[in-house]
Amino acid sequence: MISGKVWKYGDNVDTDVIIPARYLNDPDPKALASHCMEDIDASFAGSVREGDIMVGGWNFGCGSSREHAPISIQASGISCVIAASFARIFYRNAINIGFTILECPEAAEAIKAGDEVEIDLKTGVIEDKTSGQTFHANPQPGFIGEMIKAGGLLNYLKAKEED
Amino acid sequence: MGMTMTQKIMAAHAGIESVKAGDLIEAKLDLVLGNDVTTPVAIGVFEKGGFTKVFDPEKIAIVLDHYTPCKDIQSADLCKCARDFAIKHNIKHFYDVGRVGIEHALLPEQGIVGPGQMVIGADSHTCTYGALGAFSTGVGSTDMAAGMAAGENWFKVPDAIKVELTGAFKPFASGKDVILHLIGMIGVDGALYQSLEFTGDGVSQLSMDDRFTIANMAIEAGAKNGIFPVDEKTEEYVKGRFDGEVKKYEADSDASYSRTVTIDLSELEPTVSLPHLPSNTKTVREVAGMKIDQVVIGSCTNGRISDMRAAHAVLKGKTVADGVRCIIIPATQAVYRQCLDEGIIADLIDAGCAVSTPTCGPCLGGHMGVMSAGERAIATTNRNFVGRMGDTKSEVILANPAVAAAAAVAGYIANPEEVLS
Repeated sequence: MISGKVWKYGDNVDTDVIIPARYLNDPDPKALASHCMEDIDASFAGSVREGDIMVGGWNFGCGSSREHAPISIQASGISCVIAASFARIFYRNAINIGFTILECPEAAEAIKAGDEVEIDLKTGVIEDKTSGQTFHANPQPGFIGEMIKAGGLLNYLKAKEED
Repeated sequence: MGMTMTQKIMAAHAGIESVKAGDLIEAKLDLVLGNDVTTPVAIGVFEKGGFTKVFDPEKIAIVLDHYTPCKDIQSADLCKCARDFAIKHNIKHFYDVGRVGIEHALLPEQGIVGPGQMVIGADSHTCTYGALGAFSTGVGSTDMAAGMAAGENWFKVPDAIKVELTGAFKPFASGKDVILHLIGMIGVDGALYQSLEFTGDGVSQLSMDDRFTIANMAIEAGAKNGIFPVDEKTEEYVKGRFDGEVKKYEADSDASYSRTVTIDLSELEPTVSLPHLPSNTKTVREVAGMKIDQVVIGSCTNGRISDMRAAHAVLKGKTVADGVRCIIIPATQAVYRQCLDEGIIADLIDAGCAVSTPTCGPCLGGHMGVMSAGERAIATTNRNFVGRMGDTKSEVILANPAVAAAAAVAGYIANPEEVLS
């Protein structure tokens, strides 16, 4: 179970605004987190709290393949990103590093900035405590869920090897 | 049911008879690529994962192109990390300053990638090699690490959009205008999770450089990859460069597509994408007169010899307008050398252009042309997101090399014809 306050953004949030290229020369997750979302929301990095939830619109994470993008969001303390849809490389990168993301157009549309939201990862149920609305996220296909549970692709491959 | 070009390459590399959209497969890789930004992160994952050997040192390419020649101490640290790893693991295709070019221009030029291959690269524009009839797609650093360790990776087989090209270009239209036009039509997520399969009579009219530019920006439509059929032009291009077997995969006549988009090349006008999305397209005619402060001609999208020639044709004997900075970056050392041999660089310098050694630099706001608030560039690069080339209040307009060169001379967006007359 995850719960936290919502940081809300629009459609086509690209990886250049999630973590601008001028900061890619220091890939330390904490350094990346200190500049996360800076170019569209200068208040984010300084105010985000452990467990908070990010909500975006369509095509979240489009653009560059930089894994620094999901790393910076994860290291900032965000527990989960909910979006109407994800750009495919971002989607893959998030899964590969064991970061939870959920696709749910209805939730992405209805949830507002600052709402308190609770997510049951087992069932995919998203509850907006502030508005009282409930949503169901698209379930992750079997092995992708397992990969996130294992903590990412390399851990998953290793666990498979050891089986 | 029949398969698309992409699906056939995937099936062959997964060692199975057939695949269909939505299948999850594990496929063998012919090449795994990384650059100075993404490779150090991949090395961290590789080593933390307890791996000590790469699957095949001949099937990995590490290209130090983004912040090179190193712009600061931190980027020098990243390059050192990647360099040390390449030396330790005896990586065959390792490219450092002096030999390096922009990865997606360099790899085809050096014959490191070829038709029918399955390639992943920790750079989103890895989709460029679809021009050669390969399946190639951008991934992140963890995928690169897994690829380097295992020589294979997991893929979801994509559905496809068929892009039917007909006719032939008018003057000053090029591959860039095809892809900008397409992105304008279908949107930045119009091909999300899908492949763009280019086909039709118009393909034979496209040079290989046009095809590289088109496949390069498939990602800007959200696509997993863009792919062209292998024809005589492809075979001529790879001859003498690529020493692997040239494998041609043709789409079955009953292959399934989610939609078909037709583009008549003869109707295409020089096109630009206004800030801040590549899908925000207008014709040059519609936005003529917009003032610009900087011009960048280069990148993995448009830094090849035909791009340099197109820019040269406009700039030769002319002068860059007062108040405009024109930065020209041949994508590889071979392109640079060719420009020298053809007298292109001398003419560009005489026109008042800055000509640089190969680097991704300004395209991602790294170095070599970063902008201040309120400035506007026209660039032959691939992205015009907020802050892409510098300050969040600077702007990037995407265009083909002739249009960018015309703007350099005029000081505002102009039709190349107008500048030349």
